[in-house]
Amino acid sequence: MLDIRGRWKGALLPLAAILALSACGSKTGENESVGGAVADTSGDTVKVGLLNSLSGTMAISEVTVRDSIKLAVEEINASGGVLGKKIEPISEDGASDWPTFAEKAEKLIREDKVAAVFGCWTSASRKAVKPVFEENKALLFYPVQYEGLEQSPYIFYTGATTNQQIVPGLEYLKSQGKTSVYLVGSDYVFPRTANKIIKAYVQANGMTVLGEEYAPLGSTEFGTIVNKVKASKASAVFNTLNGDSNVAFFKEYKSAGLTAASMPVVSVSIAEEEVKSIGTQYLDGQLTAWNYYQTTPGAANDKFVKAYKAKYGQDKPTSDPMEAAYVSVYLWKAMVEKAGGFEVDKVKAASDGVTFDAPEGLVTVDGATQHIYKTARIGKVGPDGLITEVWNSGQPVKPDPYLKGYPWAAGLS
Amino acid sequence: MTVIVSQLFTGVSIGAVLLLIALGLSLTFGQMGVINMAHGEFIMAGAYTVYVLQKVITDAGWSLFVALPLAFAVAGLMGVLLEVLLIRRLYARPLDTLLVTWGVSLILQQLARDIFGAPNVQTRAPDFLTGNIKITDDLVLSNNRLFILTLALAAVVALTVALRYTSLGRRIRAVVQNRDLAAVSGIATGRVDRLTFFIGSGLAGVAGVALTLLGPIGPTMGTNVIVDAFLVVVAGGIGHLKGSVIVAFALGTLQSLVEYSTTVSVAKVLVFVAIVAFLQWRPQGLFTLRTRSLA
Repeated sequence: MLDIRGRWKGALLPLAAILALSACGSKTGENESVGGAVADTSGDTVKVGLLNSLSGTMAISEVTVRDSIKLAVEEINASGGVLGKKIEPISEDGASDWPTFAEKAEKLIREDKVAAVFGCWTSASRKAVKPVFEENKALLFYPVQYEGLEQSPYIFYTGATTNQQIVPGLEYLKSQGKTSVYLVGSDYVFPRTANKIIKAYVQANGMTVLGEEYAPLGSTEFGTIVNKVKASKASAVFNTLNGDSNVAFFKEYKSAGLTAASMPVVSVSIAEEEVKSIGTQYLDGQLTAWNYYQTTPGAANDKFVKAYKAKYGQDKPTSDPMEAAYVSVYLWKAMVEKAGGFEVDKVKAASDGVTFDAPEGLVTVDGATQHIYKTARIGKVGPDGLITEVWNSGQPVKPDPYLKGYPWAAGLS
Repeated sequence: MTVIVSQLFTGVSIGAVLLLIALGLSLTFGQMGVINMAHGEFIMAGAYTVYVLQKVITDAGWSLFVALPLAFAVAGLMGVLLEVLLIRRLYARPLDTLLVTWGVSLILQQLARDIFGAPNVQTRAPDFLTGNIKITDDLVLSNNRLFILTLALAAVVALTVALRYTSLGRRIRAVVQNRDLAAVSGIATGRVDRLTFFIGSGLAGVAGVALTLLGPIGPTMGTNVIVDAFLVVVAGGIGHLKGSVIVAFALGTLQSLVEYSTTVSVAKVLVFVAIVAFLQWRPQGLFTLRTRSLA
């Protein structure tokens, strides 16, 4: 008898396991059919997620973005919070690893039930979390300039799209008579797409592209690439490298005898923080394209720079992505207050026309594209490591992520 | 022609960097058989030594030359500490050594992050190293690359002399060739191990100083180079300095010549394929060490 019972047990156990598993399966299925997690805003506080790489190759840049989001949150809390609720930030480390970003986004939305998430830097990490936010109908505020050609209904883009950064950068080069360019970038989504746009612009404007080189993300050996750039005798270099690679690239560039006077480099990923870690001796006089510099004049910027330095140290510079991240929290607050609630649909519906007197100047949310109107600024790196503006677009540029307003860009999207 | 010469120079200088980062490893891994995954972090320690030193000695030129012996000592002592505390207990268990030293490498990276911050730091290069020597308008040899090449060759010469002509070198070679016989002959093998580890790790520190002239200085800089270092030592043949030297320059030149006509990624792939093919043909590496040990 005992023997038989044992045998029965043996047969029953797997059966029970299968039943339990299928029960779990149907449970997650139910969740999905409901349409994602709903933010928990029942208490005195409202939780928001901070999703940045605090380790790995991107940490150099992303830690500063996290810091400025925290600054905005503290300022808002000090002045009474959002709709009477204090903001409770929950920080997660994306570790410069795209699947980790998706995993942590899921955790913030489903377990912590945050009202919105602020963060991501590389386009690869944004592409990785995009389906997570869309499935769960949750909000992401993305604070970094990017390659455009995207418009997720659940992402607000507070950094520049291409027509607010890359196109003005090219227009500036053209106006300076630099008509032959060499393209150097890291090998991932942003540089590849950006270079596609650059090539279309260059072709339509009687300029030439003399070469196009990609280095793997994190690559630090630029001897050959710089040799090729030098041999091409281009009049300027358009640089879309990201992270550590910039350090190696500019060290090599200088020791090969290339200077800002002989062959200027326009960079779209080097802001004040990166200048500091690359070394001003290697960057003196080189150009950058952004929407904000620490030196941008205005009372709003004076207040932002002062508050940031008071909190994180006098030697810490402020930069464009940091400013865009700081602005994103205030824009979210304004949208929520206009909507009168934290529900994602209401916030989205209320977004159009929301303005904020940002450190970079007045910004306005464009509800149709969920991007913002920004002023384009070209800057020059000075010997003190700060970037000073040499040109600006005069007024905020309407965001055009698919470049529909530019005939030469037809066929890109 | 100019292109080929300038690419050859780039290749040789890539080789010099490979050689510098692999030289210490060819001692600890090559001679002692210890798979030390924390070797990259000793390189990082050498680079941070320059950073800290420049806070005291503000002249970039002097600080670089003081940093060379200082980084050797700092990284060397870290190596000895690691040997005494952990590796010594694991000599018979190579796989455990691999895991333990990998853990140590993660701890050291986090330590650097906590002390110096997650962002990269910058050091100033002396003016005489940021310039270049112009041979023709298109052919320039950058001073920092020439400096690294000289440094790598000097390190090889110094190490060869030390191994071949000093009593310490004789003892190291004796222990490598037959540990038991060396011990029976009155050599304190434990002390020799510690000294070997000191020199090997110290060389990593020197490599770290050189890398500050070329690339980023941050907590992950060691992990960026450690794979290349192991490749050089394995392909060169374990226990042979000569092999590491030849392989380092061969790989550097191959990388730069292929990269010029293709792209970085293609060149990397081809280099890896070449190494795999080479190891199929000679699994022991370029040179093999005949030892008298029974194992």
